[in-house]
Amino acid sequence: MSQADSIHTLSLKGIHDGVHTGKFSVMEATDAYLDRIERFNPELNAYITVTRESAQAQAVDIDNRIRKGELTGAMAGVPYALKDLFCSEGVRTTCASNMLSNFISPYDAHVAEKLKAAGGVLLGKNNMDEFAMGSSNETSAFGNVRNPWDTTKVPGGSSGGGAATIAARLAPMTLGTDTGGSIRQPASFCNITGIKPTYGRISRYGMIAFASSLDQCGPMAPSAEDCAITLNVIAGLDSRDSTSVDLPVPDYTANLNDSIEGLRIGLPKEFFAEGLDVQVGAVIDRAIKQFQAKGAIIKEVTLPNSHLAVPVYYVVAPAECSSNLSRFDGVRFGHRCENPKDLLDLYERSRWEGFGDEVKRRIMIGTYALSAGYYDAYYLKAQQVRRLIKQDFEAAFKDVDVIMGPSCPTTAFGIGAKKDDPIAMYLEDLYTIPVSLAGLPGMTFPIGFATDGLPVGMQLVGNYFEEARMLNIAHQYQQWTDWHTQVPAQFA
Amino acid sequence: MEWETVIGLEIHAQLATNSKIFSGSSTAYGAEPNTQANLVDLGMPGVLPVLNKKAVELAIRLGLAIDADIAPRSIFARKNYFYPDSPKGYQISQYELPIVANGHMDIQLENGDTKRIGITRAHLEEDAGKSLHEDFQGQTGIDLNRAGTPLLEIVSEPDMRNAKEAVAYMKKLHALVRYLGVGDGNMQEGSFRCDANVSVRRPGAEFGTRAEIKNLNSFKFIERAINHEVERQIDIIESGGKVVQETRLYDPDKDETRSMRSKEDANDYRYFPDPDLLPVEITPADIEAVRATLPELPDAKKQRFMVEYALSAYDASLLTLSREVADYFEAVAQGCGDAKLAANWVNGEVSKTLADNEMEIAAIPVSSAALVELLKRIQDNTVSNKIARDVFAAMWNGEGSADAIIDKKGLKQITDTSAIEAVIDEIIAKNPGQVAEYRSGKDKLFGFFVGQAMKASKGKANPNTLNDILKQKLEG
Repeated sequence: MSQADSIHTLSLKGIHDGVHTGKFSVMEATDAYLDRIERFNPELNAYITVTRESAQAQAVDIDNRIRKGELTGAMAGVPYALKDLFCSEGVRTTCASNMLSNFISPYDAHVAEKLKAAGGVLLGKNNMDEFAMGSSNETSAFGNVRNPWDTTKVPGGSSGGGAATIAARLAPMTLGTDTGGSIRQPASFCNITGIKPTYGRISRYGMIAFASSLDQCGPMAPSAEDCAITLNVIAGLDSRDSTSVDLPVPDYTANLNDSIEGLRIGLPKEFFAEGLDVQVGAVIDRAIKQFQAKGAIIKEVTLPNSHLAVPVYYVVAPAECSSNLSRFDGVRFGHRCENPKDLLDLYERSRWEGFGDEVKRRIMIGTYALSAGYYDAYYLKAQQVRRLIKQDFEAAFKDVDVIMGPSCPTTAFGIGAKKDDPIAMYLEDLYTIPVSLAGLPGMTFPIGFATDGLPVGMQLVGNYFEEARMLNIAHQYQQWTDWHTQVPAQFA
Repeated sequence: MEWETVIGLEIHAQLATNSKIFSGSSTAYGAEPNTQANLVDLGMPGVLPVLNKKAVELAIRLGLAIDADIAPRSIFARKNYFYPDSPKGYQISQYELPIVANGHMDIQLENGDTKRIGITRAHLEEDAGKSLHEDFQGQTGIDLNRAGTPLLEIVSEPDMRNAKEAVAYMKKLHALVRYLGVGDGNMQEGSFRCDANVSVRRPGAEFGTRAEIKNLNSFKFIERAINHEVERQIDIIESGGKVVQETRLYDPDKDETRSMRSKEDANDYRYFPDPDLLPVEITPADIEAVRATLPELPDAKKQRFMVEYALSAYDASLLTLSREVADYFEAVAQGCGDAKLAANWVNGEVSKTLADNEMEIAAIPVSSAALVELLKRIQDNTVSNKIARDVFAAMWNGEGSADAIIDKKGLKQITDTSAIEAVIDEIIAKNPGQVAEYRSGKDKLFGFFVGQAMKASKGKANPNTLNDILKQKLEG
């Protein structure tokens, strides 16, 4: 087996070390992934755009700069992908929507800028649910994504393309976004590690907004260590995002090897109640016991308002999206209908043709919730309940260091199974949404497979800005287990 | 039967910041279309607003000057509506918690009374762009240079009872905005715009249904537009109709208002707090820091001028209409040591010449020091007040300093009694008839002799000396 054939089995650190010790070049690493994308993407549909030429040009440049010693950082020479809602300068940025199918972004998102400056190589843009609205990657205007573990199943969503990309090793790392579970649920369905940091930890500048008060970007990769390395590059204050937080960024890799002995893990009883698939529950229990065996203390906690999280979310998120998506009006960029007969026709047809059904559904829900006479009953009430949900977590964190539980109630479901039942689809995010509403950091890491052979992910929730501790805990688990290194046989 | 008019004004004052309220683009007026519109102003996917702190400071400044409450926490909200020159599909404004609330301003009525006008609130918001309907053959061009320009919308209580009060309020607020450096108040460029809410009622009755008149961008238009609107409403009611709540646009060319949209067509703006912006937190220390930089306010300055310079209320209020005029006056008054003389000149010749030349005092060609030099020549009897006006005109035209012009044109007053006596002797000799009439009791003819003597001396005779000698000679 030649070197190039095994590059995709390496971690970010492995790739970094390889290109810096001259074992292989950045170009070889880039080509290895580009070749895999060419080979496997038709089956998975995980990428909307592959930036082969610009990736190779970047690889040449970065090889040079590494050779001259200008680039030494942990991301230097490492290929990566981006969910297709991060604006990338000169690259088509579609949000998986017909509305933006021809939109070439004139600028880089904050995180794209950071990864570029750190010497990463952009391989392409990942498929997703249209405008990040969906939990199965079936709402994409560019076709659904298939789960590498079973191509008749969905990969989850909205960062489904990214999760499939990592599961099949079509990139060593990608950035996703999470509004109500869009990193954690697909990570769980695809046996990868993904973290949604605390709201405000990473700048949202250049991330096409779905629900501004909830959207947060985060890395998706095989391991917690890969996520930590990425977070080191992209976290921190950005003056272009007023909601980004001015707190020092720790070295997320520094404490990965700390012991978890004495760690107090809270299990919310509401997350282990009716609705949780028995098989998923069994895998979760087994992992909890592993933590216990390593010296963690397990406690039951309660999040009494968590059953209200899904309804609250489906008021707040659509309300914000109904306003955020108003800029897609056919006037300055994006889809414009043919021969509009007047201004209203231009607006109505451009938006009717440009947006898919789920996006339209949420715009309508949100518009209704904000309307005069309904605002107090819906939006205002939802914000009040949101505070209660946050207070539940604050109370729980008085007794425990972290909270664990399932990321999703089930393993990956069949393509088409929930497509026509929005409520069933919305309930997919039962366990992830409360965390998003509270603005807390949440992550998923692989903990094994259910009897149906599909992966199960553990959700780990930390207190505000406790990402380093969370990554440490997941990393420790990944030292005892090898779930996270497993790849479906056909993509090995 | 009698009708009472009720007026409230909403004034949009553009704030004097260099960059926009949520982006770094320049706010300078008159650039080529879309050259001052960056990614944020264009509402590109993924961009975010960042609040310009200077705009907050200017809002506090105005709030303090109208004795208002400055909110310790105010919220930006999105006002959602579709229009091509509104690039995001919403305007960022303030709705439930404005930065400034509960202020007031006193206006001077024509009869000399003072009236207090309540100011409900003042909130920060961004301006829209401009739709250009000409030059595009049936299509519309969009210029987003103005999009995102910071505005302070200042909303009054419905406290005004006629168009003249509305104009007085608007003028006073305009002066205040400029005084404080909160905005340049340039009405031609749209930096100070007014919408008027107008209704009529029987005195003592409930408020009538109001119409909002938009686009009132001059003091002249606002008075006319309100008066027209009042007549229109009275006509409707007196002929048995009902006023409908609606928005009307004033057309200055046709001098009429016409309906834009009725209440039924009004947008539901679906206001909600903008999740991209944090609440604006203002501490008492922030407020004190702004207060420390406040200039003396017009009303306080007027009082001081009346006391310190012994000026009439009328003179003092004219002199304090703008900070620049007040500063100019004070420099002249202190320079020449005679405040009344300085006030007469600044309110008289100076303001008249500025008005004739459609010029602001900032651009005046005669500096306060130059005017002081001229006034000193009046005080030391070198020239008369009348001659001084000619000298002033020459100074305005750049012909040199007061002394140089007096010298060059030989305008120095004649105080030499023998020279004046000679002129008077000649006039008495030439006009024996008039002399006889005067001496027989026709006192009024004294003016005739003064005029003749002045004319003969080309206006240079010292008027006091001339009067004395003339009186002596005629009576002697």
